Amino acid sequence: MATKQAVSFKLNGKAVDVVVEPRELLIHTLRERLQHTGPHIGCETTHCGACTVDLDGMSVKSCTVLTVQCQDSEMLTIEGFEQGGALHALQESFHEQHGLQCGFCTPGMITRAYRLLKENPNPSEEEIRYWMAGNLCRCTGYQNIVKAVQHAAKKLAAAAA
Amino acid sequence: MIPREFEYHAPKSVQDALGLLAQLGDEAKLLAGGHSLLPMMKMRFAQPGHLIDLGRIAELKGIREENGTIRVGAMTTENELIWSKLLQDKCPLLVEGARLISDPQVRYKGTIGGDISHGDPGNDHPALMLALGASFVLRSAAGERVVPADGFFVGTYDTLMKPDEIMTEIRIPVPAPGTGYCYAKLKRKVGDFATAAAAVTLRIRGGAVQDVAIALTNVGPTPLKARAAEDSLRGKPLSDASIVAAAGLAMNICDPAADQRGDAEYKTAMAGEMTQRALHTARERAGR
Repeated sequence: MATKQAVSFKLNGKAVDVVVEPRELLIHTLRERLQHTGPHIGCETTHCGACTVDLDGMSVKSCTVLTVQCQDSEMLTIEGFEQGGALHALQESFHEQHGLQCGFCTPGMITRAYRLLKENPNPSEEEIRYWMAGNLCRCTGYQNIVKAVQHAAKKLAAAAA
Repeated sequence: MIPREFEYHAPKSVQDALGLLAQLGDEAKLLAGGHSLLPMMKMRFAQPGHLIDLGRIAELKGIREENGTIRVGAMTTENELIWSKLLQDKCPLLVEGARLISDPQVRYKGTIGGDISHGDPGNDHPALMLALGASFVLRSAAGERVVPADGFFVGTYDTLMKPDEIMTEIRIPVPAPGTGYCYAKLKRKVGDFATAAAAVTLRIRGGAVQDVAIALTNVGPTPLKARAAEDSLRGKPLSDASIVAAAGLAMNICDPAADQRGDAEYKTAMAGEMTQRALHTARERAGR
């Protein structure tokens, strides 16, 4: 067996340590070792975006990242969005704007939208569609997802004002 | 889908990476952004015994201009290309091309050096590099050499890069002010490789084509430089008719493999169409 490696990173603000084989994918570490099952396994082939997590300020597909690549990184998953019992503006907006039906893609959608709004706090519909294109949804037709992201952008701007 | 077992190395300098490469030899593969190699390893098309991750080497990142040349570190990501003010101002073709690569998440990880050195004719940077007259810096324990993009791509997954070399930098001559440009890419959906694509740079002076470069993606075993098409346009006024004729010459060199994106005839026709569209757009953008 290949040499296992100790990997330390911050997950939703908390320090975690794991010991993994180099071939272990981040999505498996999150779901199976750390019981963070918000990021979903959809396609396992870098297409669907259901496994999206925020890694050092980047939205990444955790099925295509090795856990050993994450030493010293800071990670945010959907489990880290709710703060003190209050939902994040994106979570509220997906609820209020009906941005989901079955909900399978939602953790990835919200995690991706979080980084998009950090980079571009007031995106146009076209920009949302372009920069959210790595996340697939088979239910909604995307219309309400776009609305939810726009709604969240307004809420976040109002909260910051 | 889980890769075969391998050992993982994360050197902090090019020097250390070259040392590992020399020591581990054929068993080792270089890991850049990992968005071609890791999927291949998950499907077990690639089964390296050792991965040397270049992701912790700071000297392989960054974009700067020096003496009329843009120097891009090989580990610079696609999103970093897209957001670069320097490239937006001085080399917008590279920004336009990077925006058409895969999807946002992949662009946070995928690198220009990985895209080029992988040797996949479906990758977009190779044709962009041919159109921009770029060259690549390859470093080994023995030293450094600079090779032009034109001639670098030998076959499918085959380039001039030797197993003991690391691509460290991409050098692009700053295009002259007023250079027209376009990357026209036909793809079935976000995230797909090109059915066919054409990269064009174009300089027009005194009503005639002073210089033009045309390169094609995914319509042969390597990216293709459409030399006859370029020659047909140089020194003459650019007209709708000459664009159609040049596209026909570009189609003559296409040798695409049939797959789910279409048969050879369709892909060749689309290469012609992309060549026409890229030339038209480049003409609109070119200074006179």
